[in-house]
Amino acid sequence: MQKFLLQADDLDVLIQVIAREGHRLIGPTLRDGAIVYDDIHSVSDLPRDWTDDQEKGRYRLRKRGDGAYFGYAAGPHSWKQFLQLPRRPVWRAERDANGVQIIAIEEMAPRLAFMGVRSCELHAIAIQDRVFLEGPFRNDDYDKRRQPLLLIAVNCTAPAATCFCTSMNTGPEVTLPADLTMTEVMDGDAHYFLIDAGTGRGEHILKQLPLTPAQARQQALAQKSIQHAAEQMEQGPRSFDSSDVKDLLYRNYESPEWELVADRCLSCANCTMACPTCFCSTVEDTTDLTGENAERWERWDSCFTADFSYITGGAVRADTRSRYRQWMTHKLATWHDQFDSSGCVGCGRCIAWCPVGIDLTEELLRIREMENQ
Amino acid sequence: MIPTLFRIDERNDEFEGTFTLRLCAPTGNRPAAFSPGQFNMLYAFGTGEVPISMSGSLDDDDAYVHTIRCQGLATRTIERLNKGDVIGVRGPFGRGWPLDTIAGKEVLIIAGGLGLAPLRPVIYQLLNGHHGARRVRLFYGARRPRELLYYREFERWADAIDITVTVDHADHVDRAWKGRVGVITEPLEAARISSAGTIAFLCGPEVMMRFCIHTLLKKGLPESAIYLSMERNMKCATGLCGHCQWGPNFVCKDGPVFCYGSVRSWFNLRAL
Repeated sequence: MQKFLLQADDLDVLIQVIAREGHRLIGPTLRDGAIVYDDIHSVSDLPRDWTDDQEKGRYRLRKRGDGAYFGYAAGPHSWKQFLQLPRRPVWRAERDANGVQIIAIEEMAPRLAFMGVRSCELHAIAIQDRVFLEGPFRNDDYDKRRQPLLLIAVNCTAPAATCFCTSMNTGPEVTLPADLTMTEVMDGDAHYFLIDAGTGRGEHILKQLPLTPAQARQQALAQKSIQHAAEQMEQGPRSFDSSDVKDLLYRNYESPEWELVADRCLSCANCTMACPTCFCSTVEDTTDLTGENAERWERWDSCFTADFSYITGGAVRADTRSRYRQWMTHKLATWHDQFDSSGCVGCGRCIAWCPVGIDLTEELLRIREMENQ
Repeated sequence: MIPTLFRIDERNDEFEGTFTLRLCAPTGNRPAAFSPGQFNMLYAFGTGEVPISMSGSLDDDDAYVHTIRCQGLATRTIERLNKGDVIGVRGPFGRGWPLDTIAGKEVLIIAGGLGLAPLRPVIYQLLNGHHGARRVRLFYGARRPRELLYYREFERWADAIDITVTVDHADHVDRAWKGRVGVITEPLEAARISSAGTIAFLCGPEVMMRFCIHTLLKKGLPESAIYLSMERNMKCATGLCGHCQWGPNFVCKDGPVFCYGSVRSWFNLRAL
C-alpha cells in the first residue's frame, strides 16, 4: 500500500472532506477531564497536546508538550455507544376500540465516520460485528449504523500503563481493514501523518487531500514509534501469554480466586459499560398514565446486576463471586466457543474504570498461581 | 422483531395460578410451525415479554397453546386476559426434543411440576403413533395432588403410556389422594430400565433433573441418551441480548433442549 504524508497543519482538510462526503464525524475530544468520543467539527475539537496517565482505578490527563493530536490511550468511552445505542426505542403499542397495534420504531441511522480508531478498537468492532451480524438472527439496528460507517484508524503510539493489546494480539499496529489508516509522527520540528487507504472509499477521500509521497525515512520513523509502543507493553507488568487462557479458565470454575475477587468487587457494572465488546442488553416495557400507549426500549445491561439472571425463584447468579466469574470467563474463555475469538482486546478500560482498582490481568495471574499451588 | 398479535381463543385454568391459553393467529393466518420443546415470547401489553414453551399438539396447527404460571408482572398481566383479548407473540424459538432419533427406542418422559408443559407436545406425538417409539413411560412429580398438570388427560394417555405419578406433599386438603407421595427419583430408581435402546427427556426444576440424571446414569443410560430442557432469563430470544448464557451456550438458540452428554460440565456447575 502506497503511503502518503499529510502535514498536521492540513489535518483539518481531512475533517472537512469527511464532513463534505456526508458523514457525521466522531472523534476524540476533551470533556470533564477525560478524552471522550463526540462530534468533531474542526481540528480544534481534538485533544491536542493532551495525554492520559492510567492505572488501576485511576485516569488523569496531562499535557504532553509536543502538540500531538492522537497522543493518548483508550478513555472511558468506546465506539460501541454509536453502533449499539445505550438506549433506544424498539416499538410502541397502542390500544383503542379497534384493538391493539404494535408499530416498530425505525430511527434514521446517521452516516457515521470514526476518526482515531485504535487497532484494539477495530478488533472490538470486529468482535461486535460477529456477535450482532453473523448469528442466526441479526441485530438490524446495529447493522444499519455499521454498514455506512467510515473508519479512520490511527496507529497507537501512546499506550497507557493499563494497556495489554500485545498480549491479546490486537495491536498496537493496525492490521484489520480500515478505510484510512494514519500514523502521527513528531519529527523534530516537523509534525505530520503517514496515511494510506484500505478501501475505495478511503482512496476517494485521499484524492481530495494535499498529500506528498512518504519517504522511507518518514515511514521508518512511524514504524519505530509503533514498535516502541509495542515494546512498552511487552515489557510492562500486564504482559502475559494469552494462548492458554481459555483452557485455564475452563479448568478453574471453582477456583478460590473467585471468592477473593468478590470480596473487593462492588458488582457496579463499570467494567461492562466501559468494555468495547460487552454487548448485553435488556428491554424496558412501559405505558403512559392512560395505560393505552405502551413502549419498549432497549438499553445496555450488565451481567453484574441481580436482575440479569433472574428466573422464577430468584437470580441464578445471586452473589458477586458468580457474577465476576461469569464476566471474566465469558470475556476470556466461553467467547472463543461462541464467536471464535477472545472477547477481550486488551484496551485496559476495565482496569482504569474499576472504582476499586480490580485488574483483570492480575486476577488471571492469581488464578494461574492458585492452580499451581 | 416486533410481536404479532394473536387472539386468545380458549382459556382454561389448570389450578390456582396456572392456566392454559390457546392463541389464534390474526385473521385466518396459520402460525409458523413449531417443534416440541420450542418456545414463544409472549408480550403482555406494557408490562413485558416472557418465554413460554409450546404445550399444544402439532396437529392443532391453527394455534399455539401455552401453559403459564403466574410468577411476575408479565405473567400476572397475561393471567387477567380473557377469551377474545389479544396478546403479542414472537417465535417459535430454540431447539426442541430430538424426536427424529427415537424410532425403535423406549422413551422415558420425566417431568416435574410445570415441566410437563414442554413435554406434552411430545406425548401427543407419541400417542398418535408418530416417530415409532417402542414403548413410552411417563414419570411425573408435582408438589401437591391439586397441582398435577393436565391430570384430566392422564386417563386417555394411559392407553398408550405407562404413567407413574408422585407428589411431594399430600395434606388434609388432598385427603382423597391415594397415590404415591415422595420424590420422583424413588419410582425412577425402582423401575426396570434397559440401558440400551432407551432415551430420556427431562424437564423440571434443575435440582430434580440433577437427581433424575444421577439415577439414570446409575442405571447405565449413556449421557448421549439423556436430554433436558433448561430455563434461563431471556429478553430477546435471538441470541443477541446475552441474558440466557449458560457457559458457552445461549439457552435461547442452542437450547432450551440440550443433550446431557454435551452440557454435563456446565450442568454440574452451580450459579453458572
